[in-house]
Amino acid sequence: MIETDDITAAEDGNGAADVTHLLELVDISVHYGAVVGLDNVSLAVNEGELVAVMGPNGAGKSTVLKAIMGLAPVVGGTVFLRGEPLDVATHQIVKQGIAFVPQGRRVFTHLTIEENLRMGCLHVSDRHEQERRLDSVLDLFPILRTKSRDYASAMSGGQQQMLAIGRGLMAGPDVLLLDEPTLGLAPIIVKEVFEKVSEISQVLNTTIMVVEHNIKGILDIADRAYVLNQGRIAHDGTPTTVRETDILTDVFLGRVDEEAEE
Amino acid sequence: MNSSSATTSPSVLERGLHTLREKGDLELYANVFIIGIAVIFTLWQGTGFAITLATVFCIWAILSVSLNLVVGYTGLLSVGHIGFFGIGAYGMAILTSDTSYELLRTEAIPQFGWPFFAALPACVLAAGVVALGVGAVFNRFRDDIYVLVSFGFAIIAFNVFLSWRALTRGAFGIHDVQRPSIGGWQLTGDIEFLILCVVFLLIAVGISWFLVSSSFGRVLKAIREDEQVAQVFGYQTTYYKLAIWVISAMMAGLAGGLFGSFTKFVDPNSFILLESMLLVSIVILGGLASIRGSLLGALAFVLLEEGMRFLPFLPDEFIGQARQVVLGVLLVLLMLFRPQGLAGRYKL
Repeated sequence: MIETDDITAAEDGNGAADVTHLLELVDISVHYGAVVGLDNVSLAVNEGELVAVMGPNGAGKSTVLKAIMGLAPVVGGTVFLRGEPLDVATHQIVKQGIAFVPQGRRVFTHLTIEENLRMGCLHVSDRHEQERRLDSVLDLFPILRTKSRDYASAMSGGQQQMLAIGRGLMAGPDVLLLDEPTLGLAPIIVKEVFEKVSEISQVLNTTIMVVEHNIKGILDIADRAYVLNQGRIAHDGTPTTVRETDILTDVFLGRVDEEAEE
Repeated sequence: MNSSSATTSPSVLERGLHTLREKGDLELYANVFIIGIAVIFTLWQGTGFAITLATVFCIWAILSVSLNLVVGYTGLLSVGHIGFFGIGAYGMAILTSDTSYELLRTEAIPQFGWPFFAALPACVLAAGVVALGVGAVFNRFRDDIYVLVSFGFAIIAFNVFLSWRALTRGAFGIHDVQRPSIGGWQLTGDIEFLILCVVFLLIAVGISWFLVSSSFGRVLKAIREDEQVAQVFGYQTTYYKLAIWVISAMMAGLAGGLFGSFTKFVDPNSFILLESMLLVSIVILGGLASIRGSLLGALAFVLLEEGMRFLPFLPDEFIGQARQVVLGVLLVLLMLFRPQGLAGRYKL
C-alpha cells in the first residue's frame, strides 16, 4: 500500500516517475476552459491493485480516467506506465496496456455481443490469441456466451455492463479503468458487478482503477482508495483509513470547502 | 354502442400504422410493390423503356449504394456527393472528347480522345483524389457542421462545372460524349450499355457488401454509434472515415462516368444541390446501412422519375416539380411512420 507521501518521495523533483508503480499520474492538471477539472493531481497504482477513486459530483473522478485516456484537455503533468510516459493519443493508449470502460456502458448496440467483444482487440494481430481471449472472456461472463449472436441493444443494463467490462478485458490490459460501472443498475446487479470486478482483480490479477459512487460496495473490494474534492486529492489510504476518518462525509457535505474558505 | 370502448380501442388506421412501425414485413411489401410497378411499366411501355429504366436504375443504384457507405454505415451525413458524380461525368466527357466531336461545338475544350475504358478508371481516380483532399478537411467536422461543409462542397463543385468554361464549356455543356467500345466492338446500343452498367453495379455492390461485412465494416458501424469509444479501443477513426469517404467517392465517380456516356451530354444542371438532396432522400427512403435498401430506394426513385411522365392527367410542365413533391411527401411519411426507411436498421 502506498500513500501520497510515497509518491512525492518517489519523484526526483523533475516530475519523473517511480518505476515501482505500474501507473502513475504526476501533477496532472486539466482545464475545461476557465473551469479547473484537476489541479496538480498525483496518484499511483501498483501492479495487481484494485484502487477506488471516490468523491462528490464534479470532484474530477471521471476526469482522472479521461486524462489517462487522452480524452480530457490536460494542461500540465505526465502520465507514466511502468515508468515510461504514455503516448497521449487516445487510439495509442490501449496498445500500451490500458483499457477503458466508459461511464454509461456505451456498448455498440447495433453490433452483436461477439462483435462488440472483438472490437476490444484490434491491436492483436494473432487470430489464435484473439480467439483465446474471446473464449476466456466468455468463460468469465457465461451470459455473454449464451447470447453471443444477439445484438447488444437486446441486453439489459446489467448485461451491457458485463459486456462493456468484457470488451475492456479483450484488450488484454495491464490496467483496466472502470468509470462508474454500477451507475443506473438495480441493487442486485450492483452486487453482481462488484463481485465480478473483484474476481477480475483477484483471479486474473488485473490491475484495476475504478471510479465509483457506491462507496460501501467499492470499499468492500478495493485495496486502496483516493478521495477527490474540487479537482484535488483530499485523502488517500486503505478502505479502513477512509472509513475511520470523516473525509467522505466532509467532502460530500462540502465541509472541506468551507474549511478552505475559512 | 359503448362509447368508452370506442374511444380507447385502436382504430384500423392506428393498428395499420403500428404494424408499419413494428413489423419487418414492410420491406417485403415494398419490394413486391416497387418491382411490380416496374414490371407493369415494362409491359405497358415496351422493351425500350425497360432498358432505359434499368440503365438509369443501375447508375443511381451505384450512386446510392456508395452514399450509403458514408451516410448509413459511418454516420456522416454528406449532402455533397453529387460533386463526385459530376467529376466522373465531366471526366468522361472531357477525356473522351476528340476532334470529330469538336466540329459540333461552339467553344473549344482540350482534346484528349481517350477511349471509354481508359477514361472510366481515370474518372474513378479523379473522384478519389479530390475526395482525399476534401475528406482530409471534412474529417475535422462532425454532425451538423459536417452537413454544412458537405453542402459547401456541392456548391463549389457546381460552380466549378459552371464557371471553368475552358474545360467544361460552362452552361453549354459537353455534347456527344462517347459510348464504349472494346477493340472493334462498339457498345453503342442501349442493351450493350445496360449489360455494362449491370456488371459495374454488381462490382460496386460486391465491393460494398465485402466492406460492410468485414471487420472494417464493423469499425464503420462502431464509428457511427460512438466514435470516441472506437478510438479508446485503438481505432484511428479519422483513417477509417477517410478511407470509406474516398472509396464511396470513387464509386460515385464510376456512376458519373457511366452517366456521362449514357446520356451523351453533360451540363452543370445535372449536378445541382437538389440532385444531391434527392440522392440523400433515396438512401433514407431505402434505409440507412442497408445495401438492399439502397437498391430498393434507387428503383423507387427511378420509377418515380421515369414513370410520372406517363401519368395522363399531369401536364408536362409540372412533371419535374410533381416528382419532387411526391418524393418529399414520401420522406415525410417515412420519417413519421418508418424512420429507419424501407429496409434499414438505423434511424437518421
